[in-house]
Amino acid sequence: MADIHAPDSVGVVVPQTLQFDQPLQLACGRTLESYQLVVETYGTLNASKSNAVLICHALSGHHHAAGYHSAEDRKPGWWDAYIGPGKPIDTNRFFVVSLNNLGGCHGSTGPRSINPQTGKAWGKDFPMLRVRDWVHSQARLADRLGIEQWAAVIGGSLGGMQAMRWALEYPERVRHCVVMASAMKLSAQNIAFNETARQAIMSDPKFCDGDYLSHDTYPKEGLAVARMIGHITYLSDDGMGEKFGREIRSGSFAQGIEEPVEFQIQSYLRHQGDVFSDSFDANTYILMTQALDYFDLAREYDDDAVEAFSRAQCRFLVVSFTTDWRFSPQRSREIVDALVGASKQVSYAEVDTAYGHDAFLMPIERYYRLFQAFMQGIELS
Amino acid sequence: MTAVVSNNTFVGDLRIDLSVIQEWIAGGSRVLDLGCGDGTLLASLRDHKQVTGYGLEIDPEQITTCIARGLNVVEQNLDRGLANFADNSFDTVVMTQALQTLREPHRVLEEMLRVGKECIVTFPNFGHWRARWHLFFNGRMPVSDLLPYEWYDTPNIHFCTFRDFEVLCRELQITILQRQVVAEGPFSRFLKETRPNLFGETAIYHLTRR
Repeated sequence: MADIHAPDSVGVVVPQTLQFDQPLQLACGRTLESYQLVVETYGTLNASKSNAVLICHALSGHHHAAGYHSAEDRKPGWWDAYIGPGKPIDTNRFFVVSLNNLGGCHGSTGPRSINPQTGKAWGKDFPMLRVRDWVHSQARLADRLGIEQWAAVIGGSLGGMQAMRWALEYPERVRHCVVMASAMKLSAQNIAFNETARQAIMSDPKFCDGDYLSHDTYPKEGLAVARMIGHITYLSDDGMGEKFGREIRSGSFAQGIEEPVEFQIQSYLRHQGDVFSDSFDANTYILMTQALDYFDLAREYDDDAVEAFSRAQCRFLVVSFTTDWRFSPQRSREIVDALVGASKQVSYAEVDTAYGHDAFLMPIERYYRLFQAFMQGIELS
Repeated sequence: MTAVVSNNTFVGDLRIDLSVIQEWIAGGSRVLDLGCGDGTLLASLRDHKQVTGYGLEIDPEQITTCIARGLNVVEQNLDRGLANFADNSFDTVVMTQALQTLREPHRVLEEMLRVGKECIVTFPNFGHWRARWHLFFNGRMPVSDLLPYEWYDTPNIHFCTFRDFEVLCRELQITILQRQVVAEGPFSRFLKETRPNLFGETAIYHLTRR
């Protein structure tokens, strides 16, 4: 039950929209002349501005990481389990900044926004983005907020990629980097899942080659299937088995009755796809999955991850989850090995859980405590 | 080469065997601590000898304690080897009281000397007179303060005596740079000067491949 007055909740929060008019040069070669970022902040920036923490969201995330948007809100932000007074990202100590990334569909400039040059929605013409573009836009956000250096940059999955890129692009601006359930680059299997999801969207007749907005339609079915595919990979076989097993929602196996059976997992997945496709944009989904596919931390460092991380100056915490097969513990171990090879400060934990990739979002006691221990060790001036 | 000290003695707030290790490790060096536990040794090395490095541990509670102490700790099972660490990438690789828990202690020992220029190993002496007494007169596997587990339910699966260990070192062409033997009580402390394999409880070996 939602409790906006809980002592460990940040309570009701109000997002704000910030306008940026300095052109942003993108990795694809194009330039965004101006853009908006939607941001939420929790806690208070201290006088020395040494307590700012940046939250980088994953594929389907957004700025609303903690608290509620109104007293009637039923669900808190997506990382409320870890952000709030006394929680690992302790808002009594830290000033927490959470944004919707460029290309998103929750208020920041993205495919649904109006392209000032045409007066129409960008749609499929929105520039392709890479993880570094998000990092550079987040650096502009830090400038705007007067934050010279982050106490920590934190992210899971695609968010972890942003956190790592921060440590390489702006080494002097990051003191701690927390990377959960992430990887230095996607595996072929991972790209394959993303491609299948994109094909589900593109093969929906209402996708209209990405131009669905001007046709006043929407590839809801395709996006729902894309989400269903993704969702399967975010859970573990064990977790799904525990939660759903072969439970039947309707129908019967009785002989002599011709009645189709619907398993609980079918209805659950369809519900997930349905809810998601109501609130997400298909072009954003394609853009975000492409950013995931293209990310390769060490590409520009001769494919040498040790060389890449040698630039970093911050202390790292890397966490993986045993049943995460989308970003398996092995991917995290590769990050840790490269950091050790570069003689960087790093701790690594492999948390035993049945939650799969989604575990980084879930309240898990061990994960909570080690994350908290790490965050409490961050010195503020 | 052999010196004898008591196991329960503390030097400052550091257990005597850890204090011996700290003396052997050069200031400012790079250390890998296998089975680092709650990080007592690494924290002391960091605070007193400006040592940098990492601890490997598998116990979740201990890992959290290390993180809370601001140490670098990596969750890694030693039975999976050290293949992820480069040759000669550490000045010293330390392993205290974990040798007897490993599936292949000899392989780990070789790995330690591949990854580190030197290594320091401590382990309990199964040749201690009390263990011998227990086995000889009771005909049962020793259970004591030092070895508090029943044979069927113990993390200690590869016991050896000091002499066994030194035979292994010879076979693997490992050079013993220094050895200290730890024991308790004035009686044992006196006797292990001459008969370490009978009266020593814990040995601390400083090894290299030279």
